[in-house]
Amino acid sequence: MLIIPCPWCGDRDESEFKYGGEAHIERPLDPDALTDEAWADFLFMRRNTKGPFLERWMHAAGCRRWFNLARDTATNQVFGAYRIGERAPAAYWDAVGQPAEKNGKTPPGWRVVTGGAAEATPAAEVALAARKVSA
Amino acid sequence: MKKYSFLSLVSGAATGHKDWPRAWRKPEPKKAYDVIIVGGGGHGLATAYYLAKEHGITRVAVLEKGPIGLGNTGRNTTIIRSNYLWDESAHLYEKSLKLFEGLSRNVNFNTMVSQRGVLNLAHTLHDLRELQRRVNAIRFNGIDSEVLDAQQTKAFCPILNISPSCRYPVLGASLQRRGGVARHDAVAWGFARAADDLGVDIIENCEVTGIRRDGDQVTGVETTRGLIQAPKVGIVVAGHTSVLAGMAGLRLPITSHPLQALVSEPIKPVIDCVVMSNQVHVYVSQSDKGELVIGAGIDAYNGYGQRGSLPTIEHQLSALMELFPIFSRLRMLRQWAGTVDTCPDASPIISRTPVRGFYINGGWGTGGFKATPGSGWVFAHTIAQDRPHPLNAAFSLDRFATGALVDEHGAAAVAH
Ligand SMILES: Cc1cc2nc3c(=O)[nH]c(=O)nc-3n(C[C@H](O)[C@H](O)[C@H](O)COP(=O)(O)OP(=O)(O)OC[C@H]3O[C@@H](n4cnc5c(N)ncnc54)[C@H](O)[C@@H]3O)c2cc1C
Ligand SMILES: [Zn+2]
Repeated sequence: MLIIPCPWCGDRDESEFKYGGEAHIERPLDPDALTDEAWADFLFMRRNTKGPFLERWMHAAGCRRWFNLARDTATNQVFGAYRIGERAPAAYWDAVGQPAEKNGKTPPGWRVVTGGAAEATPAAEVALAARKVSA
Repeated sequence: MKKYSFLSLVSGAATGHKDWPRAWRKPEPKKAYDVIIVGGGGHGLATAYYLAKEHGITRVAVLEKGPIGLGNTGRNTTIIRSNYLWDESAHLYEKSLKLFEGLSRNVNFNTMVSQRGVLNLAHTLHDLRELQRRVNAIRFNGIDSEVLDAQQTKAFCPILNISPSCRYPVLGASLQRRGGVARHDAVAWGFARAADDLGVDIIENCEVTGIRRDGDQVTGVETTRGLIQAPKVGIVVAGHTSVLAGMAGLRLPITSHPLQALVSEPIKPVIDCVVMSNQVHVYVSQSDKGELVIGAGIDAYNGYGQRGSLPTIEHQLSALMELFPIFSRLRMLRQWAGTVDTCPDASPIISRTPVRGFYINGGWGTGGFKATPGSGWVFAHTIAQDRPHPLNAAFSLDRFATGALVDEHGAAAVAH
């Protein structure tokens, strides 16, 4: 079971949430100008990262709000959450797409958030503790 | 290759089973091959076998990062069937089922194919109509399939609860009598042994870490055991398809998810067919050891960890309880997960790519075990001829741009 830090409600069990896949896929601003390949890329192609990943979740059995989560898809380590419309902490962006390091070490560039707000980050933006979750 | 037979078994027994030769060699990787297959699961090994057997290409290496057959091939619930709705899928899966029917003899290995019948249950009026439509479409493709009412379903599987007072009562089922199960490990081992016999090098503990290109032509792979060259490279790595394609600079429409299964403690034979329900979402069969083999759907989130979450298991066990109250006291013995590569249209990608000499066979998601021989058959053809076999032409990568998807979501009887 994953423990997911909803930016509004705090740590809750995975079973309260719905998954929304890869985060930050922007709908093309000028759809008329798009080629079929560009549509395919927007609609279907995904990073499917093995390692640190930014993804969307919805707190379906709670506040019912969408938010973004940073999680390692290989280890299930949850790094933190931030609200829709807010920028991901820079450290998260740096790490996206990089392979996870072996032995459960924190990937380079990742700041593991411990207990409440992290430095230079609004309190609500990065929620609560990173933790190893064995599911 | 020492031929396995009744006589060889008897003579093996006479010498205390001490003199059996190795089933396949453990060769060192050569510097270069004609074709490199990445991934030593059933699909990769079948591809190598058919490359050698059907196309005479024997300078082939199968590179596997661990021991062969321990990916999804060794983790699946072994259901085989071909009752798919769309023509493209029906023909591909039926080819595979036909190959399964002759497989043990062909590769001289007992793959324990058991055509015990697969039931797909209907629980609502809509389910039932959809199922009838599907059965008709399947029969038009010359594939065996029939509709049973609730009583006939009960007669086929007597322990099934068809009480009308269930939350989702069983209203009927489709039955494919030629469907059933096969021994997953034996499929991998059988193909490995037969491919090795034809000269294929099966190289275990050799992880591919990079794809070498010269412009848009593939030239080989970097591995944990050094650089190995080949003008043709086929990847058949299931959950890691996106990772390997990424090494060649390609983006794919695939996402990787945990898919779990579990087995119960062994009991006496109680169920001699496969029962699947899409609606309450669980399926079950009984292994030769007596364990119930139980599975259902993926964990929703992306995951490469080969483990999933408990709520997914709870959901499928509660569905099982409704269908089979007789199992309520049964203890579960083991639970595990594989990493499955799902596609937006729930159909595989067996295709050439924009990189010349680089071929992809993946996206089988939750249901590729049944396709193992057929997948190898068409992929070998695609690589050998550098063009798809008619059976996999529709499963190209560019269907996501043209829009010609093969939408088996829901159209297939259940996820597997
Ligand atoms: C729990 C579960 C139940 C299932 N039930 C069914 C079912 O009942 N019926 C059905 O039809 N299908 C089922 N499936 C799906 C089926 O198991 C798969 O579709 C099928 O086995 C895929 O075979 P494969 O050979 O492509 O993959 P795998 O057997 O996973 O082989 C891929 C191989 O690639 C290797 N590899 C990965 N990366 C690298 C690398 N970088 N270098 C070298 N090697 C690498 C892996 O180690 C692995 O051995 C199930 C799957 C699961 C997980
Ligand atoms: Zn919430």
